[in-house]
Amino acid sequence: MTVRIQTADFDAGREIAALRAGDARVGAVAAFIGTVRDVNDAASVSTLTLEHYPGMTEKALEAIVAEARGRFDILEVLVIHRVGTLAPTDQIVLVAVTSAHRGEAFDACRFLMDYLKTRAPFWKKETTPQGAHWVDARTSDDEAAARWQEPPSLPTT
Amino acid sequence: MPDSRTATAVTVRLVYLARLREAFGRAGEPLLLPKKNSSVATVLDLLRERGGAFAIELAAGRAVRVAVNHAMVASDATLRDGDEVALLPPVTGG
Repeated sequence: MTVRIQTADFDAGREIAALRAGDARVGAVAAFIGTVRDVNDAASVSTLTLEHYPGMTEKALEAIVAEARGRFDILEVLVIHRVGTLAPTDQIVLVAVTSAHRGEAFDACRFLMDYLKTRAPFWKKETTPQGAHWVDARTSDDEAAARWQEPPSLPTT
Repeated sequence: MPDSRTATAVTVRLVYLARLREAFGRAGEPLLLPKKNSSVATVLDLLRERGGAFAIELAAGRAVRVAVNHAMVASDATLRDGDEVALLPPVTGG
């Protein structure tokens, strides 16, 4: 399956091996793993709880993958996102892309993460020594996603 | 002859996610919409009229998005009987 939401951890090596198994068209694999930091916005984080909207989150991720397939010349895509309570150093998300060449694989992987961060219904709640709070969305994430919407620059004459 | 009042009655299922679920003290609820052709904006107005956490969290300028049947919509989207209307805070996954 292209998109998986699960509480269990994942083995990125095994997932990537399966993604490109037997596919001799693949010349490039790009993968991103997001992990839990122990410090966020200057507060120490003891646990991070991730919530999603069952039914919609899967569809949103599938739409993002479809968008990536339309934009980039890629072969296979895998997105795994964990939910539930995680601790610092735990893995949160894996995005892996196979392609014939590295450029499309790198670009598609970055695009998928930038869109996932701003369009997929997931929410993080941090527990710190001062208590628990919902994490605020970052403007920098919106800016990262917006870069993919900029029209191609006009040729200068 | 179907009763026109019954035929136009619209009840939607509200779903509150993440911070909104905690602020409202519930995961969701059914909401009866008084008029036909009610929109997402109607729902938000009805909730704000309750005051308290609803008025605070849904105040103008608060970034709350709305999904109907799992698709993001604008506030002028018209609602039908049985629609699942979810209120989503800004997303923070990844």
